[in-house]
Amino acid sequence: MALYTETVMDHFMNPRNVGEMENPDGVGEVGNAKCGDIMKMYLKIENNVITDVKFETFGCGSAIASSSVATEMIKGKTVEEALAVTNKQVVEALGGLPAHKLHCSVLAEESIKSAVKDYYDKNGIEYDHSLFPDCESCEACRMV
Amino acid sequence: MIYADNAATTKLSQTALNAMLPYLTEGYGNPSSLHSVGQAAAEALQSAREDVAACLNASPREILFTSGGSEADNQAILSAARIGERKGKKHIISTAFEHHAVLHTLQKLQKQGFEVELLPVGSVGTVIAEQVRAAIREDTCLVTVMFANNEIGSILPIAEIGAVCREKGVLFHTDAVQAAGHLPIDVQAQNIDMLSLSAHKFHGPKGVGALYVKTGIPVTPLIEGGAQERGKRAGTENVPAIVGMAAALKEAVANLGETAKKMTALRDQLIAGLAKIPHSALNGDPVNRLPGNVNFCFEGIEGESLLLLLDAKGICASSGSACTSGSLDPSHVLLAIGRPHEVAHGSLRLSLCEANTQEEIDYILTETPKIVERLRSLSPVWHDLMNGKRQFIL
Repeated sequence: MALYTETVMDHFMNPRNVGEMENPDGVGEVGNAKCGDIMKMYLKIENNVITDVKFETFGCGSAIASSSVATEMIKGKTVEEALAVTNKQVVEALGGLPAHKLHCSVLAEESIKSAVKDYYDKNGIEYDHSLFPDCESCEACRMV
Repeated sequence: MIYADNAATTKLSQTALNAMLPYLTEGYGNPSSLHSVGQAAAEALQSAREDVAACLNASPREILFTSGGSEADNQAILSAARIGERKGKKHIISTAFEHHAVLHTLQKLQKQGFEVELLPVGSVGTVIAEQVRAAIREDTCLVTVMFANNEIGSILPIAEIGAVCREKGVLFHTDAVQAAGHLPIDVQAQNIDMLSLSAHKFHGPKGVGALYVKTGIPVTPLIEGGAQERGKRAGTENVPAIVGMAAALKEAVANLGETAKKMTALRDQLIAGLAKIPHSALNGDPVNRLPGNVNFCFEGIEGESLLLLLDAKGICASSGSACTSGSLDPSHVLLAIGRPHEVAHGSLRLSLCEANTQEEIDYILTETPKIVERLRSLSPVWHDLMNGKRQFIL
């Protein structure tokens, strides 16, 4: 059996929505280079709807695939719908990830949240801070 | 498909396969059996022992067959520890970039009250004999230093380190898993007391190795049972594998000079070509280096994705990134030579053998820079480096 599913390999070999974005409405960056994974998510938001999304990822195949699939999952969705995306849904969309790669899906979920938080902060929109645990204290990547 | 991961394992040679086949078929005897079928296997075993010994300039009685390099390392180190313990000597010297078969055995001994000193290996990735001399104490029972590093290819000054150990009366073991069949080994001239090797690193079969132990050094068995290997390693001998190992080693040693010359030329082309990639760096000793080893760090990218894209282009290689090890930390070898985590994650090891061709080297040098560029184009780390938000390390 191969390490990754066909879907993971497809997103890794042909990543969707990749690159930098000019003047994004929200940017989120999670992970750190020391651990070998950084995901950066850019959002364009109009009338509470994510009209465009881009990502950049430094990381392994599953990290690149997780961010790619996550951009597809939130494009055209409302901000609230994007916030509801979980790492489990990312894993399902990829047809599964090896156990030691599940943290990549956590990073994908967090990169969306981080970008939305940036959008809220920039626009002075009130939100529940408990919905956005910061990357440093979360430890999810060390637990999975 | 281009196989450039010969430090991980090699293809079984035709010579080794031919030597093994009779013992996988009609020559199935147990060497401990008294009858003729058993005795034919015993003779094959003895002949293999003589061949392996000759390749190391050892005597046949000094060769112990094991299940591989890891078992040989475990047994050598634990045996030396037991000898030291009896004399009240519980200090062991090794290096920071040994294979885990050595490091984890040493960690186990630490929990049993041994003091383990790991010598720093510097930015080039080597130790000198004087470092060993300075570290040896009255209570040092073992010095274990690898012959050549499996990841970055540095060849260590084994004869000199052995001479210091001999002068100080300290047992000297070397993990020669990457060296056997690739570099000249002479346990007498190089002052080696114990040496580990593994067959599948020189075109022999997997699951078999050998431990050389100089006459007079008592060995502690790891596996209890019958009297095989003169009571030092119980269990019916893996005759076909042992015969295959001996044939492969004999062949490798006979062609050693010629093979090394060819591989070194290809290796140096790879190093020169990959060094042209901006913000890259060679890892390991540029001069005293295994003939087939190339190891680079490329800043701004991660090794596993590099391997996947190389594989998609038909190139088999390896990396010291955390993602390829299944842990969160990158290779301890790259950290030991001072590469920061973020750079160590972006490492690539290409390890050649005599079957690699000029065309393959040219192809690797065409594809690798394109792949590095592609991964950098989607890396936020690379973009931060390019626009000055992050400082280049390489």
